[in-house]
Amino acid sequence: MSWETVIGLETHAQLSTASKIFSGASTAFGAAPNSQACAVDIALPGVLPVLNRGAVERAIRFGLAVGATINRRSVFARKNYFYPDLPKGYQISQFEIPVVQGGTLTIATGEGEKTVRLTRAHLEEDAGKSLHEDFHGMTGIDLNRAGTPLLEIVSEPDMRSAAEAVAYAKTLHALVKWIGICDGNMQEGSFRCDANVSVRRVGDTRLGTRCEIKNLNSFRFLEQAIEFEVRRQIDLIEDGGKVVQETRLYDPDRHETRSMRSKEDAQDYRYFPDPDLPPLAIDDAWVNRVRAELPELPEAMKVRFEARYALPAYDARTLTASRELAAYFEATAAAFPGAAKLAANWVLGEVSAALNKVERDIADAPVSATQLAGLLRRIQDGTISGKMAKDVFDAMWAGEATGNDAADAIIAARGLTQISDEGELARIVDEVLAANPAIVAEWKAGKERALHSLVGKAMQATKGKANPAQVNAILKKRLGA
Amino acid sequence: MITAPITLLSAALRERRLSSVELTQGLLDRIARLDPGLNAFITVDRERALADAKAADAAIAAGRAGPLTGIPVAHKDILATAGMRTTCGSRMLATYTSPFDAHVVEALARAGTVLVGKTNMDEFAMGSSSETSHFGPVKNPWNPECVPGGSSGGSAAAVAARLVPGATGTDTGGSIRQPAALSGVCGLKPTYGVCSRYGLVAFASSLDQAGPFAQTAHDVALLLNAMAGHDPRDSTSLDRPGEDYARLLGEARGVKPLAGLTIGLPREYFGGGIDADVGQALDSALAEFRALGATTVEVELPNAGLSVPVYYVIAPAEASSNLSRFDGVRYGHRAATYGDLTDMYRKSRAEGFGAEVRRRILVGTYVLSHGYYDAYYLKAQQVRHLIAEDFRRAYRTCDVIMGPTAPTAAFRIGAKTDDPVQMYLNDIYTVAANLAGAPALSIPCGFDRNGMPIGLQIQGNYFAEARMLDVAHRYQQATDWHRRVPAVAA
Repeated sequence: MSWETVIGLETHAQLSTASKIFSGASTAFGAAPNSQACAVDIALPGVLPVLNRGAVERAIRFGLAVGATINRRSVFARKNYFYPDLPKGYQISQFEIPVVQGGTLTIATGEGEKTVRLTRAHLEEDAGKSLHEDFHGMTGIDLNRAGTPLLEIVSEPDMRSAAEAVAYAKTLHALVKWIGICDGNMQEGSFRCDANVSVRRVGDTRLGTRCEIKNLNSFRFLEQAIEFEVRRQIDLIEDGGKVVQETRLYDPDRHETRSMRSKEDAQDYRYFPDPDLPPLAIDDAWVNRVRAELPELPEAMKVRFEARYALPAYDARTLTASRELAAYFEATAAAFPGAAKLAANWVLGEVSAALNKVERDIADAPVSATQLAGLLRRIQDGTISGKMAKDVFDAMWAGEATGNDAADAIIAARGLTQISDEGELARIVDEVLAANPAIVAEWKAGKERALHSLVGKAMQATKGKANPAQVNAILKKRLGA
Repeated sequence: MITAPITLLSAALRERRLSSVELTQGLLDRIARLDPGLNAFITVDRERALADAKAADAAIAAGRAGPLTGIPVAHKDILATAGMRTTCGSRMLATYTSPFDAHVVEALARAGTVLVGKTNMDEFAMGSSSETSHFGPVKNPWNPECVPGGSSGGSAAAVAARLVPGATGTDTGGSIRQPAALSGVCGLKPTYGVCSRYGLVAFASSLDQAGPFAQTAHDVALLLNAMAGHDPRDSTSLDRPGEDYARLLGEARGVKPLAGLTIGLPREYFGGGIDADVGQALDSALAEFRALGATTVEVELPNAGLSVPVYYVIAPAEASSNLSRFDGVRYGHRAATYGDLTDMYRKSRAEGFGAEVRRRILVGTYVLSHGYYDAYYLKAQQVRHLIAEDFRRAYRTCDVIMGPTAPTAAFRIGAKTDDPVQMYLNDIYTVAANLAGAPALSIPCGFDRNGMPIGLQIQGNYFAEARMLDVAHRYQQATDWHRRVPAVAA
């Protein structure tokens, strides 16, 4: 019996505003507990929420980026429940009418591209934190995070595997960073996912009973949690059991999900429109202004890269994984036009590998796009071989030379210029032929590999500076091949 | 002199016939003498008041005096005051001091008023009698065995007993107007959004509105001038040009100053249910208005009868959520002993809140619950729109609407405490203005057979405050009900 997995994700993206969604307190991460909680955040008697338009603007930006409808009128509601880190006893969120409705996200899967539908995205405030350690059996409350603006992005149940869910989460993560609405810092909780997971028999059109796995703050945990949960549900059903709708928590140490609360324990949140906040009105002028300021989006940029730079789809998609990477590539291609594929290879190859090794972002790369272009130019014009270029790149990376002509400076300083002079190369080839009669004999006996040995000898003789293609050609001519 | 209205005190202060320190000291002495019998105040701060008064005298001497400079006022104890506790009449906040001033507190301070203290009230403004306060019931200055009305009963009683010339209140369903009526003073609930709610501890956010109490309509206008105005800290505060609410009062208009005014008399208000004395006082008042040149016309408010049930769904619903913040975690009362977290919530809230507050939280929680929301809260909101529509239609044929503020004069303390529905019916004429967000004013218009004051309610269309105050002022120029003082205060 084969099973189909059905996954929908709810993602909380912390919006990158300087102040909170309903107060003027700072949203900066890492301050001393309760030092960034003002009267509004603490919910002192008599305080009132005032909506941060920057948060709304970011929600609009997101809606436009995913082709969603921006509701011209949306409503903030109160979600009522008691918890010590929820100061008002209710969370202000959007319930019946969210600011963003619909939209789609295109993700790359093993079977090609796939479109995931979005249900909605709504604005809400975060709660504070309960600290259960270090208080001698008591619980500490830190309200710095209370009132931090969140955009909750809800997908349709369109994913069919943990890998697809991760691809969706990664694409969404890249997009919110791309459009500058969220710093995407998962360690600090700026981007976290809840996964709704169910299974059904292949061919079944009805959805199975789902479980919601809460607060997955890394792509790895997301994947592991879903995989465990899918296995658990299938085993349960195959053993004659039934999946119970519930909220579960993933324990990354034990690689399992655990029940947190069942549907029966679910609270009645008594949602009702918040009378302290008039409905959020967004006019066309605002939407148009945000649209005009929107950067070129990754999907559009990918298509443009394929057309303009004649890049394969894979390269174009990988280069548009982040705005910074794409900008680096474009700057390289612009500084040395006509070698876009070479530039793409280097950016995705040497540059990315070097960055990964030191866990740095492209924005902090020690080799600038102009410097890289200078190196590529010397490869293209035959001054250095690809192999030599890697050494030069490493030297540039290590800061052996600075300035836009760093590659040339290193080539000159190290005497790396490739020997391309036809006469000199011919003389070297002749010396190699004279010194290695045995290999020449092998060649004449029909051993193809002998030619490679002779090229190698010539390279050795020149300490790798000979242009290998030219050596090859001269050798063949001399041997009458 | 010190018991005179603000207009006269203001003139005396500016002409240096009286200093604010003398005035404040005199009133503090009155409070010390009379308030033990009235319980109108929860907090009196003599030192602060005298310091304020000294500063006011300096401002007057420097020629920087406005019409309210040096005038002592009291704030209902639901309005946050930095450095003076804000209890909401509740055990929950009995020792709570706010780090900031409410907008109207700040505005009146900026206008130069002297803060004398905080007035007693029904707990969290839930009540029509000022009996539910953790600090004991307020007594009506006209008869200490009667209630002063509520929930702003302390402010009404303080002005009635001439302990302060002006005071603030808040009005969610009649909590300024009904105590004004029962205590024989003037009280105005402005259009929703005219006075910022910042620092007003929320009872029902969509209905709450602060407003002034004073002896005369003219004084009310002066206080409102200071209290009104846009405040970006309240998203429901209206951003509109400022206006002088006293601007019409000085116009010379001869013997028929209200010529051209059409007074709407809702059929629904003049049916049965009104106390005979109240009815008679009203008839006399209307005769006076006609004598002043006004004409009367019958209007219909067909959904008026639904006001009380609608109000007692919406107000508790919002209250149940607004009062959730009083959980004993960050401030306010926390039970001395408890087991787990839930137990802490239960005990702290059960101990911190009185019976009426608990009742409304229960009702509000119920009407918002899954499966009941549509039948109660949503339906109530729909009817609320119909009630507002009734007023809009009525104001096509009249300028103001008049009627009783309350069905009876003040009742005896304890008479209705066991019957919440009887208590709620006190609001029958007042809640509609809150539901519609429209302004309404109560002024004294007579006394019942027991010598207890009767209030006339003047309602107006949105932003008609200046016109309503003009109408009241012309009436007060021709009558002296507002000058009557209870024996205890004479």
